[in-house]
Amino acid sequence: MKVRYALYAVLIAALALGMMGCGKKETSENAPAAPAATAPGAQPVDLATAGSVEGTVKLEGSPPPGKKINMAAEPSCAAQHSTPATDQDVVVGAGGTLGNVIVYVKEGLGNRTFEAPKTPVALDQKGCMYIPHVVALQAGQPLEVRNDDKANHNIHPVPKFNREWNKSQPPGAPPIDETFAREEVAIPVKCNVHPWMKSYIAVLKSPYFQVTASNGSFSLKNLPPGTYTIEAWHERYGSTSQTVTIAPKESKTINFVFKAAAGD
Amino acid sequence: MATSANPAFHRFAVFVAACTFLLLVAGALVTSNDAGLAVPDWPLSYGSVAPPMVGGILYEHGHRLVASFVGILTIFLAAWLWRHEPRRWVRRLGLVALGVVIAQGLLGALTVKFYLPISISVAHACLAQIFFGTVVSLALFTSRWWQSELPQAADTASPPVRLLAIGTAAAIFLQLVLGAAFRHKGFGILPHLAGAAVVTILVLWTAGAIRRRFPESAPLGRWRRLLHFLIGLQLLLGGAAWWSRVLAQEFPQPIPVTIWLTVAHTVVGALTLSAAVVTALVCVRLLSSSREAALTSQPQQATL
Repeated sequence: MKVRYALYAVLIAALALGMMGCGKKETSENAPAAPAATAPGAQPVDLATAGSVEGTVKLEGSPPPGKKINMAAEPSCAAQHSTPATDQDVVVGAGGTLGNVIVYVKEGLGNRTFEAPKTPVALDQKGCMYIPHVVALQAGQPLEVRNDDKANHNIHPVPKFNREWNKSQPPGAPPIDETFAREEVAIPVKCNVHPWMKSYIAVLKSPYFQVTASNGSFSLKNLPPGTYTIEAWHERYGSTSQTVTIAPKESKTINFVFKAAAGD
Repeated sequence: MATSANPAFHRFAVFVAACTFLLLVAGALVTSNDAGLAVPDWPLSYGSVAPPMVGGILYEHGHRLVASFVGILTIFLAAWLWRHEPRRWVRRLGLVALGVVIAQGLLGALTVKFYLPISISVAHACLAQIFFGTVVSLALFTSRWWQSELPQAADTASPPVRLLAIGTAAAIFLQLVLGAAFRHKGFGILPHLAGAAVVTILVLWTAGAIRRRFPESAPLGRWRRLLHFLIGLQLLLGGAAWWSRVLAQEFPQPIPVTIWLTVAHTVVGALTLSAAVVTALVCVRLLSSSREAALTSQPQQATL
């Protein structure tokens, strides 16, 4: 009898260990690629000496005209637009300033690591459009996807380096919370119910990033002194980068210029 | 061959083949509308058997409904053949069709569960062609014509027409694999273009050999002309589909002209394969090698 109990105990222990093993694997897949802020190599940023990089992104040449979207397949969404919606590939402000550009520190932070914020970044679906069109968040930071439409949506990011997922979200469904573990600029997001719905999610390993509004301006604050590669990425025009050196408390200005394609 | 043809069998098999053709159209519409993942769950759609049929859900769930119907029809066809068909190989072919349609359903589920991996998507597209060819063959085998006494002709020239016809059907199938790989972004367009050239040459060669060697054969002439027509139509549709894809790049969503041209190109491809399979089977049914002809003392070129 005692032997049987001992066997049961061993079996339960083995199962528990197995489940722990599975749990550990899941955690490592979902956790940020970068270790937590308290890990070796994490150096707190000294705000007393920190500087910043600011600037503007512009488009040289004529922007392409917005392409009209045909929402006849989803009348409830079409009714939300007083004029036909257009794609958001190229959003240009006064003087050729370019919106929806992700500006971020690509290199220069060494082995610094940054804890992911707990505050979720929102991605709304309204009028069968993703709002905002481009979002950026830190690896491990929650993404909260909401459906404000009376239509069924599916949210389908197509990453290269992160885990792919595809979830449905009927009207009135609770928000979908997801995270991305690895840096990736940028992950295309599709809705296969409404093939015109497109968005991009940029996942960064540091908090030094910004998505430009239509005025094209960006500001990367609280950067420790050092030399950095700053990259600007746009879904249509690709990426361009500049190297900048920040002295203690220094604020530098750099500007990016993308050239409109010949066919635009 | 003793005639044991049951017209009801044949009509039902033709009906299943026609429904399978509609299923091919429904499947092609899913891909052309980029709606393969519009319904993330399987086997239910948005947790229901009757989700709102809008946008991509219309195409994906519609495809599932038609597929379920064809699956049920195939069960009936296989069961009917198993109970009443005297020829064992035809009964077995009915079971093969049932196995293929089940495998096809599972591949469809895998495309949803694994987010349209290229290999599974291409396998799903190609198995659809195999299933269509199988059901069309069953319709042929259950016909009164196939089961009646038919004069045999000797196919003595080299290469034999039977071999050419079988090779053409095989080449068309490989071309459909290349087309599916291009459509699902596994390959570029070049292998598909090269395949089109090879298939065109083989179709012209086979059709020419049939015309020269067996000009009196009405069945062979009929299928030869159909194959000719389909390959010409398919080349035109291929060019038009390519043009429309280039045109569609300027639009934020799939446009009707691209959708319908790519769907037409896909399903005419399936028709071409089936026509080639039937042509090969008709050749096998009506023609014999010189050795077989000598054994049966048939004339070299009998009137078919």
